[in-house]
Amino acid sequence: MSPELLRLLLAATGDTLRMVAVAASLGTLFGLPLGVFLATSGRGELFAAPLANRLLGALVNATRSTPFIILVVAIIPFTRLIAGTSIGTGAATVPLTVAATPFIARLVEGAIREVDGGLVEAARAFGASPLQIVLKVLIPEALPGIVLGLTLAVVSLIGFSAMVGAVGGGGLGDLGIRYGYQRFMPEMMAAVVAVLIVLVQAVQTIGDRLARRLNKRLRQA
Amino acid sequence: MTAPVRVPVPADLGDRLGAPDALVRLEGVAKTYPARRGATAVTALDGIDLSVRRGSVVGVIGRSGAGKSTLIRLVNGLERPTSGRVIVDGAEISALSERALRRERRGIGMIFQHFNLLSARTAAGNVALPLELAGYDKAAIRSRVDELLDLVGLADRRDRYPAELSGGQKQRVGIARALATNPKVLLSDEATSALDPETTHQILDLLGRINRDLGLTILLITHEMSVIRAIAHEVAVLDQGRIAESGDVFEVFTRPQAAVTRTFLDRETGRTLPPVLAARLQPAEAGGALVLRITFRGPHATDPVLAQLAREAGITACILSGTVDEIAGRPFGTLVVSIPPGDAARATAFLHARGLGAEVLGSLPADRPALPADRPAAPPQTGATHVA
Repeated sequence: MSPELLRLLLAATGDTLRMVAVAASLGTLFGLPLGVFLATSGRGELFAAPLANRLLGALVNATRSTPFIILVVAIIPFTRLIAGTSIGTGAATVPLTVAATPFIARLVEGAIREVDGGLVEAARAFGASPLQIVLKVLIPEALPGIVLGLTLAVVSLIGFSAMVGAVGGGGLGDLGIRYGYQRFMPEMMAAVVAVLIVLVQAVQTIGDRLARRLNKRLRQA
Repeated sequence: MTAPVRVPVPADLGDRLGAPDALVRLEGVAKTYPARRGATAVTALDGIDLSVRRGSVVGVIGRSGAGKSTLIRLVNGLERPTSGRVIVDGAEISALSERALRRERRGIGMIFQHFNLLSARTAAGNVALPLELAGYDKAAIRSRVDELLDLVGLADRRDRYPAELSGGQKQRVGIARALATNPKVLLSDEATSALDPETTHQILDLLGRINRDLGLTILLITHEMSVIRAIAHEVAVLDQGRIAESGDVFEVFTRPQAAVTRTFLDRETGRTLPPVLAARLQPAEAGGALVLRITFRGPHATDPVLAQLAREAGITACILSGTVDEIAGRPFGTLVVSIPPGDAARATAFLHARGLGAEVLGSLPADRPALPADRPAAPPQTGATHVA
């Protein structure tokens, strides 16, 4: 592989990492509270707001049921509003974040629902406010599950980021399509695939290790 | 911040409820869960009057579904009564706002059947939780946590996670956590039901010590009479949402009035007949040797009653089963004997006159000995054994 192509590969990898990092961070920033809310706002729950719960639940489902490539195109006006343009790596993070947020919210909701109700009851019995219950009980207890969920989200985002190449988003997917496919350069295609595999493996390994370290339930006396 | 509502206590109220210094009072409390889709309304508690004296240990016993979990959760406001009042140390828990309730709860500790410890926190971290919630500073939390772990004998386990602790140790952490904010009363929700007998014993010992040494009032719920016997001063028997019987533990144990109390006691105090006898027991009118249950209470528990019965009344009794035990620190025994038919009235009168309980349970068929022989007679070695 020529130095020129290697430079392209490195730049594309950087683009992908940037897009994924920004989308995962923003997705967590929005998705975590949303997930906590979804898990705690059902009828008779901590922040009972059944109507809001159902509306947000429906919105999350709507976003998640839209294929990502359709979502990218469908929200172009919104992307333009936020990023000022609809092309480029920066603009691509908008649909990525929009896709990541409900995904992360559902994973966080699932992890929080796994927390033993007895712990919430105990915290209430000791005079905890709903916010204290979320911060001191639900999130710390759900953390191993949340970390695994975020790992899954990042892996999915790496996959999604390859699709934003379709709208000029750059990154590894874009490189693979333009050079590997359209210019018929199998070595570039192979390199892109290899880098993606390494990225996903690394993310999964780090996520698994972190979740295991955070999980204190498995230790034996 | 609004001050909790302090309820003026009418002068005669203590007398009316038979408790002059009630720390916890439930007055005419009922709890009904409204009908849900596909299910009718459930009345969990109905007409509950209960008071817990300051410094006492009160046990509420009932089968699962009797309403005891609901009852204990009314005391710290985890549940609200449908009607009636719940008062803890003058504050009407049942009328407080959620915010005011949170502050009152710091004065009410609670321990749980399944411990409910945070898995992500160490023993020390779990004990620290109520202190953090109450807004103590770090240094104060640290010294209080060490003091509490020392009290429950877990100073060397402070940095262990719950998964690294045994059941008994987990409950000790639970107790330390419940005591963290110096509560006035400790609620125990089946705290020993998930523990083995030996550990149960240790945990009950610890609770008893805390009651004596710290003067902490304890309200506990359980389905085991042995728990009541080990540490309670007073007991209330809950059955189908109502208090079937309540009072001093020794009184209730030795003179149970309600049928449900007897069923709890039967297994606990050896009042049941051995199965071989129970199977053959028939109504007293059917004739045969009479089966009499004699109960010894307090000072009479060690009287040589059978000898007296034979010498002074001329009634020879044959022992079928018996135990001598200690309840709430006082001796209590039961003896099941058989006496010749016709002597029942004389025997009961004789025993009652000596302050003992006597009750005719029934009779045994006369054609066979009261107790079967140890071993059936060996059939002849030779020749056929005919069965009629």
